[in-house]
Amino acid sequence: MTSQPILEVRDLVVEFATRDGVLTAINGVSFHVDRGEVLGLVGESGSGKSVTGLAILGLIDAPGRIASGSILLEGEDLTRMREAQLRRLRGKRLAMIFQDPMTTLNPVLRVDTQMIEAITAHEKVSHKAARAKARDALAKVGIPSPDERLASYPHQFSGGMRQRVAIAIALLHRPALLVADEPTTALDVTIQAQILSEVQTLAQEAGTALVWVTHDLSVVAGLADRVAVMYAGRIVEQGSVADVLENPAHPYTAGLIGSVPSRNRRGVPLSQIPGMTPSLAKLPPGCAFAPRCARADAGCRNDPPVVAFGTARMHRCFHPLVTAEAAA
Amino acid sequence: MLVYIIRRLGQSALVIAVMATLVFVAVYAVGNPVDILASPQADQQEIEAITRRLGLDRPLYEQYGLFVWNALHGDLGRSFVYNEPAVQLILKRLPATFELAMTALVIAVGVGIPLGLYAGLKPNSLGGHSVMAGSILGFSLPNFWQGLMLVLLFSVVLGWLPAGGRGQTVEILGLPVSFLTVDGLQHLLLPALNLALYKMALVIRLTRAGAREVMLQDYVRFARAKGLSQARVIGVHVLKNILIPVVTVLGLELGSMIAFAVVTETVFAYPGMGKLLIDSISRLDRPVIVAYLMMTVVIFVVINLVVDLIYAAIDPRVRLSEA
Repeated sequence: MTSQPILEVRDLVVEFATRDGVLTAINGVSFHVDRGEVLGLVGESGSGKSVTGLAILGLIDAPGRIASGSILLEGEDLTRMREAQLRRLRGKRLAMIFQDPMTTLNPVLRVDTQMIEAITAHEKVSHKAARAKARDALAKVGIPSPDERLASYPHQFSGGMRQRVAIAIALLHRPALLVADEPTTALDVTIQAQILSEVQTLAQEAGTALVWVTHDLSVVAGLADRVAVMYAGRIVEQGSVADVLENPAHPYTAGLIGSVPSRNRRGVPLSQIPGMTPSLAKLPPGCAFAPRCARADAGCRNDPPVVAFGTARMHRCFHPLVTAEAAA
Repeated sequence: MLVYIIRRLGQSALVIAVMATLVFVAVYAVGNPVDILASPQADQQEIEAITRRLGLDRPLYEQYGLFVWNALHGDLGRSFVYNEPAVQLILKRLPATFELAMTALVIAVGVGIPLGLYAGLKPNSLGGHSVMAGSILGFSLPNFWQGLMLVLLFSVVLGWLPAGGRGQTVEILGLPVSFLTVDGLQHLLLPALNLALYKMALVIRLTRAGAREVMLQDYVRFARAKGLSQARVIGVHVLKNILIPVVTVLGLELGSMIAFAVVTETVFAYPGMGKLLIDSISRLDRPVIVAYLMMTVVIFVVINLVVDLIYAAIDPRVRLSEA
């Protein structure tokens, strides 16, 4: 018997009520994350990957709302929970880190305040014990002289250090799942690599599964076990990292891979995906990628169905680059 | 921090010096006080005697030099009317005005911040819209008219509160205060409310704008992702960030409340500095006017300084970058 996944998202739909009517930011997204697994959630800006992350934490604010679907954390449906129940899970079993480390820590509160409140929100411990725990957590993410640093304000830290503090806070309670919303995008490349490997190590130690939201395929290649590619609020392809990156089925995935600079194609101009991501208010009928797709034809005006193939792979395309038969 | 304070003190001294000159020259231009002080039957000789006694026969620069010299020794002249030192006259009235302004400030903050937070957190609710509509009234209705309406409603129609005066006072540290007696409080409430309404509207709008902006920040999202209670997120993470602009503006407004309580004090016949100023202007009592304006300038400068220091205390980024 296979163990129950830590997180299972089924047919999630998130809508935003705007002046121009209701926009569907997430349209029937399904995926799951196993215990200790790393799932890369890849897509361009506006593809809905960040909204998916926020929806898992129940942090979608009005005018947005989860319209339908379910989010099961260790078998419990988060979408049916009351806010108080959800609050007890946030920070404890479910954690999140954000893209810009310069803005995720409150600028007017000291680091120790922000760490200790995260501890005492879920544990009945003395202030002293909480402080000791906070100090150990800082030391663990590689912050030198953590005792002194606890009394500092966020602006006294560099960007990389702030992200480390955020990671330390997120992992304080050894959560079952950490949603990381592009936490390395705003950092220098060298710091990026350090943070990536540290999160990976820490998550493994704590047995924490990761949903790593990113637009950077090279990050996914180095970090994730499986990858889900999002486009205009839908997952268009999903599978193991090796399978998807080596043999992409969806033309969009292939386009993304083609636009990553590579040593093997030196001197050749980078290929680009023509056009831009469509506005959610003016989605083309059927496959949203069709207007930018070289393989599209009139049939692509219909909704492409989910096609499962190979080993635990799926795509949504009428004209996949890898056919089910070839992959099998 | 020390360098910062010294630099600020230097700027403050400069402002006071410039204002002293402006005030003195402006008041000199208003009119000749002897015309009002001397009785209508007075002959030329008597008028000249008064003019000489008050030192008004000397050229402007000499009068100015004497004024600056005396001012540096803490003497802003004697009132022509009361024949008392002008500063002493004003200081006698200052506690009443100060009490009025502080009460108004407490009302403005105590009511304004909760309402503003509510309107900022629920911008599309009926309550939120009502609060904002109310704050527009607070802004746009003239202060004296609000005062008259308060008197009309609470004193004349309902008869709940007295219409004017200061009521019973008790002495604390030698200063008469009225907020410790029931009668004094009743007299204080209406004028303080009148003075507070505009500031309340201002605090509501500042708090609401701040709340709407801060609620969108990543650190609020992160605080919620940590599993903090709503009370802690709003009461600590959001409020502390909103307070920075609110404290700045209120500090400046406190100065204007003390200095320009004139209208409220006139409407409610409240015996404060403002009423003294109006009386002195109509009698062309130059030393009192000048002393009043100089004290106002000093109060403004001091409050500004204190606000900057409080600001540095709330916002660690200011504190360190100026060090």
